[in-house]
Amino acid sequence: MARWWIALAAAAALCSPAASAQQRVLPRDAMRSDLEFAGADVRAMQADDIANPGFLWVERGENSWRDATSGKSCASCHGDAAVSMRGVAARYPRFDQTAGAVLDVEARVNACRVRYQALKPLERESDQILALTAYVTYQSRGMPTAASIDGPARASFERGRSFYTTRHGQMNLSCAQCHEQNWGKRLYAETISQGHGNAFPAYRLEWQTLGSLQRRIRACLFGIRAEMPRPGAPELTDMELYLAWRAQGLPLEAPGVRR
Amino acid sequence: MADSRISVPPETRRGEPFEVRILIRHPMETGYRTDESGQHVARNVIRRFTCRYNGAPVFAARMSSGIAANPYLRFFVTAHDSGTLDFEWVDDGGARGQARAEVKVA
Amino acid sequence: MSAHAAPSTLTRRRLLQGTAALALAHALPSVAAPEMPDIPLLAELLAGRTPRWERLRLDLPALADNGQTVPLKLTMSGPFSPGPTVQAIHLFSEKNPVPDMAVFEFPVPIEKIEIDSRVRLAGSQKVVAVAVMSDGALYAAAADVVVTIAACLDGS
Repeated sequence: MARWWIALAAAAALCSPAASAQQRVLPRDAMRSDLEFAGADVRAMQADDIANPGFLWVERGENSWRDATSGKSCASCHGDAAVSMRGVAARYPRFDQTAGAVLDVEARVNACRVRYQALKPLERESDQILALTAYVTYQSRGMPTAASIDGPARASFERGRSFYTTRHGQMNLSCAQCHEQNWGKRLYAETISQGHGNAFPAYRLEWQTLGSLQRRIRACLFGIRAEMPRPGAPELTDMELYLAWRAQGLPLEAPGVRR
Repeated sequence: MADSRISVPPETRRGEPFEVRILIRHPMETGYRTDESGQHVARNVIRRFTCRYNGAPVFAARMSSGIAANPYLRFFVTAHDSGTLDFEWVDDGGARGQARAEVKVA
Repeated sequence: MSAHAAPSTLTRRRLLQGTAALALAHALPSVAAPEMPDIPLLAELLAGRTPRWERLRLDLPALADNGQTVPLKLTMSGPFSPGPTVQAIHLFSEKNPVPDMAVFEFPVPIEKIEIDSRVRLAGSQKVVAVAVMSDGALYAAAADVVVTIAACLDGS
């Protein structure tokens, strides 16, 4: 595969000032979910709704959705999530007017809790927020990633793109160097994926628990010996938006399973 | 409390073995980890798992930290009468979990 | 690979003998038993007895995606009844800090012995399974698994 010209096209796309939803980093037919770079066992685990550990969180999320002990439950306003939340996560991260910022699903769930349920926001990576996020994102499983970078989301997108193409850490590597220029190649015993986030939240075997895309980004940064932004840091949301744009068209896989 | 997920076939035939699958939510803490603050995390794994079919034990497992977190078990049970499969497990801390599935035998 | 042996050593006769030996080895059940790793708890269970390396099958990936969760499959071929039935299958690890990984028990006889689970493996090693029959007979199976560390460390 003449990957050099893909890298060149990618570089050209990145340099162009007006990246829009019509443009892509990778040509649509060259896009591969990270699942295709995972081992057979990981793929088998994800494909099986009983054996996929992520469903333990989806189920908890379903219970949380209906929990009205604090007065209002999610269901009080949103009814059946299979109907009301269908396609929602596929459009995230998304600019939220009230917050005046781009929010990912976790932040949007917390915004709902604070605004409409008179509840405190849930801590990032807490079991409860992961369960709700897994449940909401699961309602978009199979639907193509379709986050918008237009209008007020643009600034966040540009910051995310800049972060992605900047070298970080002691190893002085940018995301693009592995995931655009070297995907498909071996890195120790693993094959480098294209680095899409369409399977998150995912059960990562390394974590032995479900985790968010933000956690996965932080993990990557740790791997290249860079400082990890705190969970919920704005640069992580910027990155999530950039990754969603980059993965446009790839079907959501949540709850995913990864090594 | 969504502590487990179970799968049994909707219907099975008398005398035939049928597949039982269960996924249990449990960290299976090995006792060899330290948390973010450097504190040692005590071992806590599911020690004993039992499956009873209409009250009689038909499958059991003694587990250790060698079983992965969120344990998954797939095994077979021979069908006789319609009834229930009762699953029970207990961990190092004495915490008990249970689940139940219906068995329909033609 | 260059043949540094003198051409005359690999005669047609030798070649035919080798092929025949190979075909015979395939036809016969595997007589060369795997080496039993030195695990004290396993030795305790065996109590001097030698298990038979047949009927019990242990499937593990040759290369694990991650040592924290490695899918494992145990199968034992019957028929069982009438005759001795499986009472328990023990699972041992060669290198884990806790070598006795699990024991699967069968309180009532069952014709289909097939178990799937997921194990933790602390590094590349051999895993051994021993089935104990109702008449005390033992069957064993072993598998080698390569477990590598992750390409990138994860401190998240």
